[in-house]
Amino acid sequence: MKTHQYDVVVVGAGGAGLMAALYASQRAKTAVISKLYPTRSHTGAAQGGIGAALGNMEEDHPEWHTYDTVKGSDYLGDQDAIEFMCHQAPEIVYELEHMGLPFSRTPEGLIAQRPFGGHTNNETGKPVRRACYAADRTGHMILQTLYQQGIKHGLTFFDEFQVLDLIMVNGKAAGVVALEIATGEIHIFHAKAVIFATGGWGRLWEITSNAFTLTGDGAAIVLRRGLPLQDMEFYQFHPTGIYKLGILITEGVRGEGGVLINDKGERFMDRYAPTVKDLASRDVVSRAIYIEIREGRGINGQRYVYLDVRPETVNKYAALDGRTRPDGSPYVVTAEELLAKLPDIIDFCRTYLGIDPVTEPIPVQPTAHYAMGGIPTNIKGEVLADENGTVVPGLYAAGETACVSVHGANRLGTNSLLDIVVFGKQAGIHAAEYAAGADFEPLPGDAADFARAQLDALLQSKGQERIADIAAAMKRVMMDHVGVFRTEEGMREALQTIRELKERFKHIRLDDRGKTFNTELLSAWELGNLLDLAEVTTVSALARQESRGAHSREDFPKRDDQNWLKHTLAWKPADGEVTLRYKPVVITKYQPKERVY
Amino acid sequence: MQVTLKIFRYNPETDKKPHYETYRVEAEPTDRVLDLLEKVKGQQDGTLTFRRSCAHGVCGSDAMRINGMNRLACKVLIQDLGTDHITVEPLLGLPTVKDLVVDMEPFFEHYRSVKPFFINNDPPPQKERLQSPEERERFDDTTKCILCAACTTSCPSFWLDDQYVGPAAIVNAHRFIFDSRDQGAEERLKILADQFGVFRCHTIFNCTLACPREIQITKAIGEVRKAIATGRLD
Ligand SMILES: Cc1cc2nc3c(=O)[nH]c(=O)nc-3n(C[C@H](O)[C@H](O)[C@H](O)COP(=O)(O)OP(=O)(O)OC[C@H]3O[C@@H](n4cnc5c(N)ncnc54)[C@H](O)[C@@H]3O)c2cc1C
Ligand code: SF4
Ligand code: FES
Repeated sequence: MKTHQYDVVVVGAGGAGLMAALYASQRAKTAVISKLYPTRSHTGAAQGGIGAALGNMEEDHPEWHTYDTVKGSDYLGDQDAIEFMCHQAPEIVYELEHMGLPFSRTPEGLIAQRPFGGHTNNETGKPVRRACYAADRTGHMILQTLYQQGIKHGLTFFDEFQVLDLIMVNGKAAGVVALEIATGEIHIFHAKAVIFATGGWGRLWEITSNAFTLTGDGAAIVLRRGLPLQDMEFYQFHPTGIYKLGILITEGVRGEGGVLINDKGERFMDRYAPTVKDLASRDVVSRAIYIEIREGRGINGQRYVYLDVRPETVNKYAALDGRTRPDGSPYVVTAEELLAKLPDIIDFCRTYLGIDPVTEPIPVQPTAHYAMGGIPTNIKGEVLADENGTVVPGLYAAGETACVSVHGANRLGTNSLLDIVVFGKQAGIHAAEYAAGADFEPLPGDAADFARAQLDALLQSKGQERIADIAAAMKRVMMDHVGVFRTEEGMREALQTIRELKERFKHIRLDDRGKTFNTELLSAWELGNLLDLAEVTTVSALARQESRGAHSREDFPKRDDQNWLKHTLAWKPADGEVTLRYKPVVITKYQPKERVY
Repeated sequence: MQVTLKIFRYNPETDKKPHYETYRVEAEPTDRVLDLLEKVKGQQDGTLTFRRSCAHGVCGSDAMRINGMNRLACKVLIQDLGTDHITVEPLLGLPTVKDLVVDMEPFFEHYRSVKPFFINNDPPPQKERLQSPEERERFDDTTKCILCAACTTSCPSFWLDDQYVGPAAIVNAHRFIFDSRDQGAEERLKILADQFGVFRCHTIFNCTLACPREIQITKAIGEVRKAIATGRLD
């Protein structure tokens, strides 16, 4: 066992972790620990853009961005945090540009921007071009740029180290326990401050846009240490995943004029969102697709619809909508332009579907995509222990694993890339500041015991269950009953199944008992995390008897501000029942009203 | 359909030397090779070890040799291989850690050696630095790199001498050398003019064929060589 000492330890090297580390390291001795090589983090998969009201294409204001985000959150987002993020947005996008990020450009040489769902001109209600993009690989460029800066500034990386536990001493964070994947050796990182930036947990569901490695490790670790998770019932399904595979087709495709079409050849979003149509908020579009499919209008009666971005289709509907270019001329696209703006999307379709989206429509279905909930924090990235906002000294979280909450019940596209850089930066600054005024807590002698006990239990388990079977069963039941539409009955069944699966999980059998690169052991440990998060998600969702944003209950179809305009906090003691408590939403300027697009 | 997978196996804890193991799996023609590896690991042999993350060709985790060619396992469909016999082996030229996992450190070390980061010492303007769409286009191709190592580990010059920085490092230098906003071209060109730099390239094109992002690597290397030779960036 090795022990290391750093002022600040950042767990995770996606956009949030790297941004946090770049800032923390300016003042404090900082280490970044990541189970993946940093450039393999899922931030690199983000396609469409990062939201900021630069106004490079047309009039726009941070305040419009703020309102759109509040509305998009179905009024569950905390308005102080949203306002902070949206007003920071232009500055932080310029900061990324100054780091060398190669944004696409306007003819004038400015950062190019495209429309995205839910982002509007607040006066006309029409889509506004607010998503700053680098072709359809914005996340790749953000991740690469931040990693490059990490090299430039000599950041210390522990690559392919998997964090298994958080060390808490006297109620304060005191470090983490990690496994060096290549050797199987346990390392203790003794620290004054710990920042979790471990990303999401899309692997809870059968169809997902998320990487194999998005298993909610950070959230599950914190939960096991007796801290709550917030708003876990709010999980976003992106409307357009490639049929069966779940691979994301960015909303940018609809931003460029693509439309959704059912089996009858109808552009059905007309009926669900008459003003912004295909660019309505994600929850709205995902539900619309489900309803079309359920009512038999999926393509050939199957569980998918078409996303049509053939130039003739785009131009036809752009003309019907009266869409114009910035100079006022009618909006017309050519195949070449689409190819230039969406090269990766076109490549995905060719590779995985054998179709060319410029000449054929793309079969799509909603795909599990983004966790609005997570580790509760304030604007500084400080982790909160309860409904009264009590701060856990030395513990920080940022990015998808955190819940600030800027996304409330439904995240707008482009707001996550913004969230990870804005709040990654905040967490980094404040963790370093905290470390400057804090001492190291003494390390307990048994600091690594809990982590080791978890691994030993998995290694020594002598049952016959295969982890792949348990994982498949969990994903199926979550997809069927804790997905786009939910009912009491379905979720009770899901909960029952999850509890049975947790029992079965105690009787697994691993083939690999070795130390070197034991990915089977780590997958088993990750499955344990997912099972915990499945339970917490389902219990939180069962309790919330209303429909809001991504949480859509068929038995309670209306939003209920009287009773449910509040955040859920869920605790889960080891082998105990999930308990729920609630805290109010921060409302500053915008009173809740009905949400129409 | 039934597919036969012949997989390179090596576990340093138990094996003196590597061997091959054969597995038969049920597959759809549209399955990715990665899906089959997952199936083997999940249902037949949990000890089979490989890296993977995104599963759609954007993270660079699962470059390996598939029927002799460097490919991302998540970007090759069974139907594209034209055979139901698939041989899967680790990348060449990097030490094998276990099964299909190689030690990536030497690869990343070369990458870091070319200063793969933005250099511009002028104080930045309040807003963005301007760059025309044409200037941006100039280095677009090399911004796509996902550091999968498929190129470098397919290069005979690298196999011969692993001190050669390799195509991936040159691609990442190119991305900055031809960025109109960057000022570090001279430093990088000096590094690449070194005996282990661009002149090791014998335009064999293996790298370009291997690149899953379809980057015109040999062309990029040629442009860097020309810049060194002429002292001009055009
Ligand atoms: C396909 C796709 C497209 C998207 N497009 C957009 C878009 O256009 N705009 C937008 O705003 N958002 C988009 N999003 C959402 C956004 O990309 C993500 O929410 C965001 O990138 C998450 O960043 P992160 O830094 O929080 O986590 P990630 O980038 O997921 O990084 C997580 C990090 O944690 C590390 N880690 C995890 N567990 C452990 C552990 N136990 N020990 C050590 N390290 C660990 C991993 O190695 C990794 O480095 C998209 C998401 C997907 C899936
Ligand atoms: S240039 Fe291509 S093959 Fe080489 S590392 Fe980059 S993406 Fe991989
Ligand atoms: S798993 Fe990411 S590139 Fe294949």
